[in-house]
Amino acid sequence: MTRPPSLSSASSPDDLYSLRRRPLLDRLLDRGFRTLTMLLAGLVATLLLGILITVFSGAREAIASFGLGFLTSSGWDPVNNTYGAFTAIYGTLVSSLLALVLAVPLGVGTAIFITEDIIPRPAREAIGLMVELLAAIPSVVLGLWAIFVMEPALRPALQLLHRLLGWFPLFSSQPQGPGMAPAILILVVMILPIITAISRDALLQVPIELRLGAYGVGTTRWGAIFNIILPAAISAIIGGVMLALGRAMGETMAVTMIIGNSLNFSPSLLAPGNTISSMLANQFGEADGIQVSALMYAALILMVLTFTVNVAAQWIVRRLSLRY
Amino acid sequence: MLPNGLYGDLVFVIEIPSVLLLLMSLQPPTVQLTSPHFDRGSLEFNPSLLRNRFNSLSTTIAGLFATIAVLPLLLVLVYVLIKGGSLITPSLFTQLPPAPGLEGGGIGNAMVGTVVVTLIASLLAIPIGVGGGIYLSEYNRQGRFAQLVRFANDVLAGVPSIISGVFVYGLIVATRIFFGQSYSAVAGGIALAVLMLPTVIKTTDEGLKLVPQELRWGAYGVGASQVVTILRVVLPAALTPIATGIVLAIARAAGETAPLIFTALFSQFWPEGLFNPIASMSVLIYNFAIMPYAPQNQLAWAASFVLVLMILAANLLARWITRLSRR
Amino acid sequence: MIATRTTSQNTSTTACMALEDVTISYGSFEAVRHVFLSIPRGRVTSFIGPSGCGKSTVLRALNRMNDLIPGCTLKGRVIFDNHDLYDPRVDPVEVRRRIGMVFQKPNPFPKSIYENIAFGARINGYRGDMDELVERSLRKAAVWDECKDKLQESGLALSGGQQQRLCIARAIATEPEVILMDEPCSALDPISTLKIEETMHELKRSYTIVIVTHNMQQAVRVADMTAFFNAEAVDGGSGKVGYLVEFDRTETIFNAPSQQATQDYVSGRFG
Repeated sequence: MTRPPSLSSASSPDDLYSLRRRPLLDRLLDRGFRTLTMLLAGLVATLLLGILITVFSGAREAIASFGLGFLTSSGWDPVNNTYGAFTAIYGTLVSSLLALVLAVPLGVGTAIFITEDIIPRPAREAIGLMVELLAAIPSVVLGLWAIFVMEPALRPALQLLHRLLGWFPLFSSQPQGPGMAPAILILVVMILPIITAISRDALLQVPIELRLGAYGVGTTRWGAIFNIILPAAISAIIGGVMLALGRAMGETMAVTMIIGNSLNFSPSLLAPGNTISSMLANQFGEADGIQVSALMYAALILMVLTFTVNVAAQWIVRRLSLRY
Repeated sequence: MLPNGLYGDLVFVIEIPSVLLLLMSLQPPTVQLTSPHFDRGSLEFNPSLLRNRFNSLSTTIAGLFATIAVLPLLLVLVYVLIKGGSLITPSLFTQLPPAPGLEGGGIGNAMVGTVVVTLIASLLAIPIGVGGGIYLSEYNRQGRFAQLVRFANDVLAGVPSIISGVFVYGLIVATRIFFGQSYSAVAGGIALAVLMLPTVIKTTDEGLKLVPQELRWGAYGVGASQVVTILRVVLPAALTPIATGIVLAIARAAGETAPLIFTALFSQFWPEGLFNPIASMSVLIYNFAIMPYAPQNQLAWAASFVLVLMILAANLLARWITRLSRR
Repeated sequence: MIATRTTSQNTSTTACMALEDVTISYGSFEAVRHVFLSIPRGRVTSFIGPSGCGKSTVLRALNRMNDLIPGCTLKGRVIFDNHDLYDPRVDPVEVRRRIGMVFQKPNPFPKSIYENIAFGARINGYRGDMDELVERSLRKAAVWDECKDKLQESGLALSGGQQQRLCIARAIATEPEVILMDEPCSALDPISTLKIEETMHELKRSYTIVIVTHNMQQAVRVADMTAFFNAEAVDGGSGKVGYLVEFDRTETIFNAPSQQATQDYVSGRFG
């Protein structure tokens, strides 16, 4: 190889090797871009803090007025400006927990059905795709469907339930359209995709060797699933279930449209109820004065609830992650 | 059971196995060889065994569950497509919604509004999210600050959508910081951006992490600066997962309602600039679904049809992008 | 295809399993074709051969483990206890209860050592004293001394060699008639390998063992009978198809094989 002429004619030794410092502009650009992205990343943390501060400062007036009694009193009276969020808190907890109870077996069962080689691969993929697309349907569209299709179809069944089990507090009222029960069912539809997707991923991560080992000692398919495969995937599944619980607690539109938005407390699932998020959706636009502050207080409670559940979900997944 | 003329033309490996097989087949079932501790059933499948009954029962139940899980999607799609699809007329896209109690009209303003609000949200969330994702993946993978940002991002992803509306209400609407305006398209866009941001950051961060380290070394090796390496080499290499994530985030935002109802509010009219209340399809569905008037209910179905088609199309587009890159 | 005739065969025992014209395919790709083989009862039979010759595939066919691999199909017959294992009426679960398996990679269940043994026994309907069975199985697998003080600890806490012996104990706890071992020592160090080979010598008194191994010394050390598999290119095809070259007593295979290919392989000339 011949040397480039510029090297042989170099006048100063520095130029012999092109280890000169890069141009200032180049270095500034590198620095500047790094700083810019750092600021953008920091914006996320700031945003989270901003949400907390905004909601908390909005809620301060109500916190001062109602204190912790806000959590346990059920009167919500904009006329006399006395507020208690018990009905909404009860509704949030009951609706999301009952939705979870129904959705977990459905979601995990579906996930098993589409991972454990029970049906041919194309059918498995089709079911998986459909469940994922279900997650993409906007909440408000599900609410519309719940109002005009699901609830009228469901009402005879709920009436039957009332007739048979009316002595039990949860079914003690006559179903008359919107109420807690249809809201719970629509929540099931909304959290089913998360539970199915996360359970499916968890099951797919269980190594094939473990399955072979189970079949090798002579288990049936479901013997292997219940004794070996599910226990190996359980932590990720629980994490997914917790995420779904967080989602169910914060879910707003479909629930608002079908729950009845009653401000009066009723233990019955067949009666209209309320959740924190549906109360916010319903009243925020028209509220003023201390009512806004009371709504902010309720929003703060919702944030604390979902935050706790989500952090617990992350902790479980990290702590009990797959041993394999 | 016995072997027949199978071996006729094949010269065989071991001493005439058919004799052995004959012997084996003449033996009584080999009970004496099995253990006294275990039940040894016949090799033949016996459906009445407890384990086989349990097995087929469980399979049936799982199949039933999968059917139930798929059913809502099919039912919702069928209703939206039939009820909404039958209402699609040209005037739906060009006219304003009717006043309560009146017939006819369209959802033109809501469609424009959804596009405007989603666009504002995307213009905010995509640059911020991609930038933040670049920082996490390229500049600070393991550091404390990065861990904090990732944690905050995961928490933000779990914040209910209505809370983002409450936040923007408290920050922008109630304080009237934009030219004294309260409800506005920009406020709605910001509320949606808060929801989009975690997804964009996460997909960028994870998409960039999948880019092999050799590609970066290669770029540095030819003397590229870090900015050039990231923007011209690494980012294009991760374009597919990032684009997929962004398309899905936009689709999700376009269908969101809760953050808009008290930030962008609604409007019966065509959009009047970015700092005034604006209609959107999702809020239109909400408002019109709970009205006691049939024409409004019908418009809600029609808007659902358009919205669902848009969102499903975006989802299939995202899938298609992913599949395209796999080839 | 090379056909072989083996003359000197000195098996005084009966056959435990027999493969008759077995051809196994993954999808449209044939992995191994036209295998005839008779596995003697109460002996150790080893399968040797170069990679891709289908020896592990044949082994997994013996207790229908291939069922779990999507697209895997078998033509021909595998006879065991008067039944063709691939008869549609046969229950693969029952087959696997009577023909146990130890895998290439140690795969203890994520349960305690005790439960690793007890689980298989329990689902097989064990009626005796479980503590006694656990101890007996672990002793037979020569791993009792190492884990008798930590039976309630996770099986995953053991070393690789101990895990593999735990898996052997798990397999023998259900008292199968045949134990299949798919390269059981390939992931282990020499000392663990030696221990497992000692275990095998112990086990062959009561079980029929079939072992796939890459290690010819191991075959010489443990096996009474050895089957040599090879792979050949198919006419016009892209891949190779495995086939059985020769099956005989181990000492014959290694000292006086009848096939040149076997001679070349055992003398290290290829493979």
